[in-house]
Amino acid sequence: MPDKDIRRFDANIRLFPPFIDNDICPLTINNTLLQSCYLRNTEWACGVAVYTGNETKLGMSSGVPEPKLTAMDAMIDKLTGAIFLFQLTVVVVLGSAGNVWKDTEAHKQWYVKYDYDEPWYQILVIPLRFELLCSIMIPISIKVSLDFVKSLYAKFIDWDEEMYDLENNTPAHAANTAISEDLGQVEYILTDKTGTLTENKMIFRKCCVGDTFYGNECGDALRDVELLNAIANGSPHVIKFLTVMTLCNTVIPIKSPSGSILYKAQSQDEDALVNAAANLHMVLVSKNGNNAEIHFNRRMIQYEILDILEFTSDRKRMSVVVLDCQSGKIILLSKGADEAILPCAYSGRQTKTFLDAVDKYAQLGLRTLCFGWRELESEEYTEWSRSFKEANSALNDREWKVAEVCEKLEHSLEILGVSAIEDRLQGGVPETIEILRQSGINFWMLTGDKQSTAIQIALLCNLISSEPKGQLLYINGRTEDEVARSLERVLRTMRITSSEPKELAFVVDGWALEIILTHYTEAFTELAVLSKTALCCRVTPSQKAQLVKLLKSCDYRTLAIGDGGNDVRMIQQADIGVGISGREGLQAARAADYSIGKFRFLKRLILVHGRYSYNRTAFLSQYSFYKSLLICFIQILFSFLSGIAGTSLFNSVSLMAYNVFYTSIPVLTTILDKDLSEKTVMQNPEILLYCQAGRLLNPSTFAGWFGRSLYHAIVIFLITIHAYANEKSEMEELSMVALSGSIWLQAFVVTLEMNSFTFVQLLAIWGNCIAFYVINFFISSIPSSGMYTIMFRLCRQPSYWISLVLISGVGMGPVLALKYFRYTYRPSAINILQKAERSRGPMYTLVNLESQLRSDKGNMMVPISTTPVKNKSSVYEPLLSDSPMASRRPLASSSFDIFQPTHSRTSHPRNIKAN
Amino acid sequence: MDPFEVEGDSRKSNKPKYSKFTQQELPACKPLLTPGIVVSAFSLIGILFVPIGLASLSASQEIVELIDRYDTSCVPMTDKVGFIQNSKTDKTCTRTLTVPKQMKSPIYVYYQIGDFYQNHRRYVKSRSDKQLRYKEAAGLTKNCEPEGNSADGAPIIPCGLIAWSLFNDTYTISVNKKAIEVNKKGIAWQSDKNNKFGSDVYPSNFQKGNIIGGAKLNESIPLSEQEDLIVWMRTAALPTFRKLYGRIEADIMANDQLTVVIQNNYNTYSFGGSKVLVLSTTSWIGGKNNFIGVAYLTIGGLCLFLAVGFIVLYMFKPRALGDPSYLSWNRDILD
Repeated sequence: MPDKDIRRFDANIRLFPPFIDNDICPLTINNTLLQSCYLRNTEWACGVAVYTGNETKLGMSSGVPEPKLTAMDAMIDKLTGAIFLFQLTVVVVLGSAGNVWKDTEAHKQWYVKYDYDEPWYQILVIPLRFELLCSIMIPISIKVSLDFVKSLYAKFIDWDEEMYDLENNTPAHAANTAISEDLGQVEYILTDKTGTLTENKMIFRKCCVGDTFYGNECGDALRDVELLNAIANGSPHVIKFLTVMTLCNTVIPIKSPSGSILYKAQSQDEDALVNAAANLHMVLVSKNGNNAEIHFNRRMIQYEILDILEFTSDRKRMSVVVLDCQSGKIILLSKGADEAILPCAYSGRQTKTFLDAVDKYAQLGLRTLCFGWRELESEEYTEWSRSFKEANSALNDREWKVAEVCEKLEHSLEILGVSAIEDRLQGGVPETIEILRQSGINFWMLTGDKQSTAIQIALLCNLISSEPKGQLLYINGRTEDEVARSLERVLRTMRITSSEPKELAFVVDGWALEIILTHYTEAFTELAVLSKTALCCRVTPSQKAQLVKLLKSCDYRTLAIGDGGNDVRMIQQADIGVGISGREGLQAARAADYSIGKFRFLKRLILVHGRYSYNRTAFLSQYSFYKSLLICFIQILFSFLSGIAGTSLFNSVSLMAYNVFYTSIPVLTTILDKDLSEKTVMQNPEILLYCQAGRLLNPSTFAGWFGRSLYHAIVIFLITIHAYANEKSEMEELSMVALSGSIWLQAFVVTLEMNSFTFVQLLAIWGNCIAFYVINFFISSIPSSGMYTIMFRLCRQPSYWISLVLISGVGMGPVLALKYFRYTYRPSAINILQKAERSRGPMYTLVNLESQLRSDKGNMMVPISTTPVKNKSSVYEPLLSDSPMASRRPLASSSFDIFQPTHSRTSHPRNIKAN
Repeated sequence: MDPFEVEGDSRKSNKPKYSKFTQQELPACKPLLTPGIVVSAFSLIGILFVPIGLASLSASQEIVELIDRYDTSCVPMTDKVGFIQNSKTDKTCTRTLTVPKQMKSPIYVYYQIGDFYQNHRRYVKSRSDKQLRYKEAAGLTKNCEPEGNSADGAPIIPCGLIAWSLFNDTYTISVNKKAIEVNKKGIAWQSDKNNKFGSDVYPSNFQKGNIIGGAKLNESIPLSEQEDLIVWMRTAALPTFRKLYGRIEADIMANDQLTVVIQNNYNTYSFGGSKVLVLSTTSWIGGKNNFIGVAYLTIGGLCLFLAVGFIVLYMFKPRALGDPSYLSWNRDILD
């Protein structure tokens, strides 16, 4: 049966005659070509198509992407639901009140001429009229407006010059136009490593040969004069070192027609090594079968490759046995991780220099390899060769047997040196991570790479800190028990140290993760909540997706960023998928919601585009409710003066135009609104917490808008009916006064709530007011319309203008006063930064705020990590309180049952390091 | 120039086109709610509102209004409804009023009805604008139910509850025993006469049903000249409203004796509504209305008070503008 595990393929094959050898042969994953693999450097392959289409491993593991809904949309939907309930209540209450009034009072009103014996369904008439009146309470225009602004947010991303990648000539692109607000609410970023954080370009940088360090000064061994001299002088150590670099690999050189040599390598590291050796005058010219030809200082050296002791992740080293065709010596060349090579040094050899070198290089984030060399006696080799062949043809436990045999040969090595290869970080990665973490986003690095490399890169890009400041907790183990114990230990440490100013991070590898995800999800979830940083190594694409799912299930907004096909699932699974259009093709970029050229654009995407989008949508959506409620409240108030019969104060044209024209256009210009300048946001990324915690759109802010619309409705209504009482109380005129009042107020509200005004906004807001009059003058000049001459008549009356000024004053005065009071005495962080932006010139702000924040940075982590886990209700905190911790939401304070019994066991902090 | 840019030209560049709009860099002004701006805004509102309030209040005070509620005193104490519904009884009622202050012409005569829901949905919709305007549309009485067609099915013109319930009290006014003319021409909006009510549409079948609602109409006068009807058909939005009855184009001196002979026909007794006769002069603000003036003065005063309050508050609790130490993430460290 087809499955999605790319590490397994179990089948048997039996060839029928005329093939002579027709036993059943086992087939494993090694005999399989997976879909969308490229066959490189191979002329032909012969095979059988086993699975096709959706049954391939790729097809099986590509999930169906779910449609994405932003947190804001969900909130808006919730609020819409609440308004709907409110509407129903209004309809039911006023409908029954209307019926009661009709039965008691209206029958006395002879001029209404109610029948006494009406059919029963007449009882529904008044409620239905109220339903009609209140139907605009839920603004339909909000959907249209939101779609419009969202597509513009996406356009702004496409257009952004600062997210244009010159190197690859790729602009940023928003494929999904609907989820920009979510960018501003990201809480977890799950990132791939290779190609996302790094450039996926390996470059040989430094080496340590014998006791000498090369490339330390200039940072590039290839240009180190000392090394070049040593080569020229034929220093034996260096030459041996170069030989290993050149030969101990599976690189295939290809001569291009122009004469230059191209190297085809499976591993980028080997590619880098061979290229570096070629630059140091030891050129691997050709490899024909077992014969390798090397050009060194205009000399041709022939080697015969006898055996290749392949690299496995357990052995962590590879070796090659070669025969020097000139001298007839048999040599073992080894390269591998330090912990795999150094113990194999011949006894008595001090390996301290190399250990130091490895440490030093690792701290620089370089990938290190150690090289070893041993001359073999021909008897020793012949004997070993036999057992090696035997092991190689073993059917059971082949890998283990081969490893054992290899071990027999790889000992007493002469350690030649250490090479350091750089997988260069992309430009601006550490700064980007720093800023994003400062803004309260947690980073998880998910990589298929091995643990040590992952840790190195994580150190290098500020993801984790080294010992005194930070601590790395390992979760590993091969069996369920081991993993459980390890997990529990880490979790306990996390709980204890969560009050210390330490950056804790945990590392877990794919194997342990598999066990954890199947058996200890709950514990792991708690860990995930406690930990701001995690490194997951050796994870498969579907594990990446599982992790995303896990975080999503805890109600976190996740962003997954990656560049390769192995990230596609995680990208699709996450709330927001970001693809880097990089060297590994466009697969990820195509599957993603956003594609960017470089990792560093992520900060702009989140802090600038995400944040603005969130703020703008928050205002736009709440305002849309405000204006619809405003007109509805006026209608409801009016119904108390019209015998609760459901008369509409406004005529249908006005009602329609109110939602479509008068009130929707000014607020659309919120797409240009900026509360803080981009610079300020970048300098104070903490401000993103406001978006993350949903501080600008939640039930409590919505209640504010609800109250405001009620207040404004009352103001408009009371002033209108008093100013236009008695002889002026003509229906059309009065309704026009109330409508004008609403338009004026909404213009002032938009003005007050906008933070910055470009000419577009000013034009839209005040142009809209003028348009209101123009439209109404036009309608008023149509004789057949009900509003004929009304607007001209009103505009000639001083009392019309006086009433409107009064409405504006009474409506906005308290709002302004309240806003000012909050702004000055209970300012939100946004307000403070706005003022800071203003009160000091832009340049001064830059330096001053930055230094201020820098100096606090050390401490800054304190409050954030000390607050254990915040109450979820804090999300609904009013704007006034601005604890930045509101973003950390709790998970059910799960008592973590599985490990209850083990709690009694004493745990020592040092245990953490034990593994 | 950026060297890359030159290179970018040679291989088709995907670089987004620069414009201030696409980069969201349009020049913008960012007004802040500084104490200065807010205090001056409130002072400005205060300074603006107080004079407007005073002006409208004085305009309103200048208006002389003579109000006489006559519905209760023009009917016997018992069985008011029976009295008013009986078409045989003499409903003449004489009221004597004293003018407190000189009233300059034109003096507007209004009738004011209280608790009359001209804005009731059933009532307000019960009319046919087409029928009022066009002769050919006489049959368009669908909206007018239950006053659409007469018993024999002929369309009522003008149809509908509004027209049917036309006010039918009449006033004859004399000053110091000398009759004075109440001009009933030109009390309706000219636009209504020209464009809403047809000059070739004549009343027919009107008030011919079992129940008489209100006034009858002279069938020889076209609707566009039936000004009482036109005024009445401009429905009021509020349950208490005044409608123009006529104009007196002569001054009335202070202490003059006004005698009003009222034909008290209209039934407001069923629903307990009031009927009031109002004589009023006018000014730029319209009729007498103290509300606007008082409201302006109150708001103006409050704004000035707030402005002073904010100044005082600012002096006692000054806040440095944009001090980053107020930032919450910095504040937590200070605490």
